[in-house]
This record gives sequence, C-alpha cells and structure tokens, in this order.
Amino acid sequence: MNFLSYLINGISLGSVYAIIALGYTMVYGIAKMLNFAHGDVIMVGCYVTFLTMSRQGWHPLPAVLLSMVVCTALGITIEKIAYKPLRRAIPLAVLITAIGVSYFLQNAALLIFGADTKSFTSVVTLPALKLADGALTISGTTIVTVVACIVIMVALSLFIKKTKAGQAMLAVSEDKDAAQLMGVNVNATISLTFAIGSGLAAIAGVLFCSAYPTLTPYTGSMPGIKAFTAAVFGGIGSIPGALIGGILLGIIEILGRAYISSQLSDAIVFAVLIIVLLVKPTGILGKKMQEKV
Amino acid sequence: MKKFMSVLLATAMVATCLAGCGQKSEGASQAAGTEAAGASTDGAVFKIGSIGPTTGDAAIYGQAVMNAAQIAVDEINAAGGINGYQVAFKYEDDQADAEKSVNAYNSLKDWGMQILMGSVTTTACIAVTDKTAEDGMFQLTPSASSTDVIINDNVFQACFTDPNQGTASAQYIADNGLATKVAVIYDSSSVYSSGIEATFVEEAQAKGLEVVAEESFTADSKTDFSTQLQKAQSAGAELVFLPIYYTEASIILTQANGMGYAPTFFGVDGIDGILGVENFDTSLAEGVVLLTPFAADAADEATQSFVAKYKEAYGETPNQFAADAYDAIYVIKAAAEKAGATPDMSVSDLGAALTAVMPEISVDGLTGVGMTWKATGEVSKAPKAVVIKDGAYVAM
Repeated sequence: MNFLSYLINGISLGSVYAIIALGYTMVYGIAKMLNFAHGDVIMVGCYVTFLTMSRQGWHPLPAVLLSMVVCTALGITIEKIAYKPLRRAIPLAVLITAIGVSYFLQNAALLIFGADTKSFTSVVTLPALKLADGALTISGTTIVTVVACIVIMVALSLFIKKTKAGQAMLAVSEDKDAAQLMGVNVNATISLTFAIGSGLAAIAGVLFCSAYPTLTPYTGSMPGIKAFTAAVFGGIGSIPGALIGGILLGIIEILGRAYISSQLSDAIVFAVLIIVLLVKPTGILGKKMQEKV
Repeated sequence: MKKFMSVLLATAMVATCLAGCGQKSEGASQAAGTEAAGASTDGAVFKIGSIGPTTGDAAIYGQAVMNAAQIAVDEINAAGGINGYQVAFKYEDDQADAEKSVNAYNSLKDWGMQILMGSVTTTACIAVTDKTAEDGMFQLTPSASSTDVIINDNVFQACFTDPNQGTASAQYIADNGLATKVAVIYDSSSVYSSGIEATFVEEAQAKGLEVVAEESFTADSKTDFSTQLQKAQSAGAELVFLPIYYTEASIILTQANGMGYAPTFFGVDGIDGILGVENFDTSLAEGVVLLTPFAADAADEATQSFVAKYKEAYGETPNQFAADAYDAIYVIKAAAEKAGATPDMSVSDLGAALTAVMPEISVDGLTGVGMTWKATGEVSKAPKAVVIKDGAYVAM
C-alpha cells in the first residue's frame, strides 16, 4: 500500500514536470533553442494567481485564466525582445540571452514582490479520495494534476495533427527555410509556440504551487531544471517524450527518496539520466537527427 | 566571429548589469529601512551594530531582532545610557546569506560600529565571526545557535546552542510522555538542523524513546515532503520532531493535513514565526508544540511591559527572537557596566574588556532569570515549551 501511494505521489510530481517539459521541448523542437527562462515564467504565473486569488479573493478559475494570459503575453514579449533579434546568431548567443532573461525575471520578482515566502492556497478544492479504508489517500490536487496533464497532452497532439497552425509548427521544426518557401509564416509560428509553452507554464506553476504550497522568486528554478532534465530524458523535441520523461523522472525521484535515501534522491535522478543518455543519446523517444551542413 | 563576440559580450554585460541593478537597489532599500537612532547627545556614544535578514526566507527573525533591539536601545537611552553614554544602533539586512552578512559587517564598520549584536542566522553568523575575531570586536548573537558560532573567544550567544535544543527537546518529550514513537524530518544541508537532529536522536534513545524514522531533505529538494511524511506515518510515529525553519514546516503541515496524518508536531526555535507567513492557514499549526525560552503570555512584569511596547510600536506579538535580541542588548549593557567600558576605547580593547567580564555577569531577562555565560560563549538558562492554540503561542 505504501508503494502504491509513493507511486501516485511520483506520478503527480511527474505530471507537473511533464507539463513544464512541454514548454522546453516545443520551443526546442521549433526554434532549436533552450529557453532557460521557462522556469521563471512559471514563477510569474504563480505570483499572478497568488495576487488575484489570495490577496483579491478571486475565484480560482478566473485567477488561473488571467495568469495564463499574463504568461502568454510575457512569453511572446520575451521572444520578440530577447530572442527574435538573435534568430540568425549562433545558438550559444541565444542560450546566454535566455540565462540573462531568467536572471532578469528572478530579480524583477525580488524587487516587486520581495523575497519573503508566501503560502500558496491550493486552487483545487476537491476533497481527497480515500481508498482501502483510508490506507491510501489521494489528494484532490494530485487527481487534478494528473487529469490536467493528460488533457493537455491529448489536446496538444490533436492541435498539432489536425490544425493548420499545428502543421505549420511541424513544418518549421523540420526545416525552417523550406517551410518559409512553402508560405508558412515562420515568425508567427515561433511566436505561437512561445505563447502555448508559456500559457502551459502558468498551468504547471499553479499546479506545482498547489501541491507544494510555498512561493518565492526562486520557486521556478528547481522545477525548471528538473523539467528540462525530463525533456532531455524523454527525447527533446518530442511531445510524448516530455510526458514519458516527466512521469518517469517524478517516479524515480519519489521512489529513490522512499527506498534508497532521502538525501540522495536528486543524485539518483541525474544518475539515471546519465545512464539513459549513455545508452540512448537522443533520449527515450528522441529522433536521430542529422546535422545539416 | 567578431559579431558573435560582440553579441555575446553585450548580452553578458546586460545580464550582469541587470542582476547587479536588482541587487543594488535592493541593498539601498534595505539601508533605507534600517534606522540609525539614539545618537542624540553630541558627545561620544556606544555604537552597536546588528545584522540579520529583514527580507528573504528568514525575514521574520531579522525583523523581530531589529524591532526588539530598538526598543531596548530606546529604553536604555531614556534611562541615561550605558555608563552615562548614549547608545546608537544601526541594523543591516543580510537575507540570511553568509556573503551578504560579511558585506553588512563591513558597512557597519564604516559607520563606526564598536559592538556587534548579530548575526541572526547561523550560517551568516559563522561567516561574520571570523571577521570580528580578526578585529577583536565583541560579538553577541541573539539567535545563531550552532556551536560553530562560538568557536572564537570574542563571540557569545544569547540563545541555546543547537545541541542543547536537541537534548532539551528529547528530554521534554520523554519526561512529559508526549509520545513513545517519534520521527524526525530535518534539513541535512543545514548546520543548524542537522546539529539539533544528532543530539536529539542520541538523547531520545538514552531516554527510551523509539526513533522510528529519521528522514532528511536538502536545500534543493525542500518542496515535496510527502515521502518523508508517508514513511513517518507508516512507521507509526505519534510525534514528528521538526528541527527546521518555519518555511519548510509550513509545507510539511499542509501536506500532512492533505494526506490525513495528524501526529503531534514538535519544533524548536526555527518554527517560531510560522504564524506570520503570508496567507498561511494558521489552523494547520494548531497543536504544534515548540521549545522556546520565551512565551509572550507569561505573567511577569518585564515580559508584559515588553510585549505591550512591542505591540504598540509594531502591531504584532513579539516572538522568541525579539525577546532574545532585547535581552542581548541588556547583556551588552551589563557587560559594559561591569567592565567600566567607555566609547573612546578602541574596538579591540573594548572587545577584550567585555569578553573578560562575560563569565562573571548574571542577567535577569525575558528569556531567563539569572542567565550566566561560560567563557566558551554558551549561555545557561531553562527552556519552556509553548503550544499553538487558536493562532497564538500559549505556555504549556
């Protein structure tokens, strides 16, 4: 029974990682860049929800929707100001810019909101599910997180397969120049990718803070790194890969903490990552990509 | 290549500039927030500096220390000062960070500080003690509780040391029969937390308590405690000992509530402040027991007068850190009077004089009657336990 409850905790944590990892993996697949500011967009989303819901007393639903709007706008703005001018620059320059944006967001939050910890009220009011005479308790947040993760994955896959904009994304990810020649608006497609990724970051942030209820300007950085790891683990650029990578990472982390050592759980996670990458350098579902010359 | 270099350098510059700006303006606002008060006479004054976090994770401690020390300084000045000299007090923020604490120390030295009452948190304080030892400055920390803090001869503590907190907690639990099966959740990346944990477990076993789970976390994984709580629950722990700070404790209480686990939670001074976390549901902290030298509802006159003054000035009930800081200022006064110190003494002469008399003085304060010090810097006073009831600390 303990094992089952560890497993459920792991899936719940992993679902959050998976939603965040989507942001990394989509942007990487299309713009071929690592958006290290993604974790900090999560933090901004949490603060927006916190301010509207806890300070102004809004209902959770409009609060989450507003935070998605703010994050989407923020994602597009970051892309326009910081990344678009560097579209033809070498990848390293964009990477450094992304790190700069990440620090900018953290320090801005530190100035605006202060460094003190805020306690985040869960947006989920669903009661906990008690199974097997109370021996197994699944919290409402866990249920909502897992369901949200599945819904987002399905919706996103359908969007990419069935819509024109989704097809355009696929085309840009395969060959930017050829897509442009075929009449795809590459800039608009990249902006759309950032918008979707950042909107999802808001959801991920709210779910993360609901499960682990503290909020500081550095809240986004550790889950950001873990989710990036999950994206690489599952195969960066692949959407199902983000799901598998995220959930496996969550399960390994929790089981490692439960059965091996609570101090070594992070070390175990990264050790597994190294082993996977040694065996399969492109990640679990990663495509083998030929470098273009 | 040239273009790349320029782009790279430009981004690097922008990034560092932005980071720098953020920190600088932050520093400025902290300095503006602190007060340099007291220097009312034109003659010589004792300049007492203090360092602690007024922003960041442990902000509640630093703020309490700043406020309470100011009350003590104002009282002393109103009553004629120390040996006839007025006292000037200045406080700097360090966000509980070692590097920032040393910077704060240096800027206080530029101000002319002669005695240091700080730093508030252990890690930051250890970094500063090396500097005060070099300068021979007398240092009394209100709340940094590790034994590593008092390695140098010039440093004294107004609070219990970590080993004492661990030992006293185990004794209290055993003597009052709070539980027989206990679990511990501690931060293995913090000197403070692991120090208390080690002595707690040792004493608990000596007292016949069964430690059924010893779980840890680190600074990088301090958001998810479901696994640690699960292990404590399935091991049948009736009491969970939390030698950690209130930020993590607030998550633990929330998650324990979510999974329907309701043992007695027992904490030490780090839990003090949990009721002040913004938006925290204080009903979750109901029944949490903590060991502290100070209870704000104590009936003695000194406590009541201090609590009334503090409430009037700052609108909240003072915590144990406030009381330790208030006492610390009076301890400095007692030592300075015993040594016959004057403000025209050099920093190191003053330091040597105060250090020499510390083992000889006895102070009646808010956190203990007849507090005395060993030459090592350790204080001796009796702990009290308080329980959180209806959102307030109540003596047990």
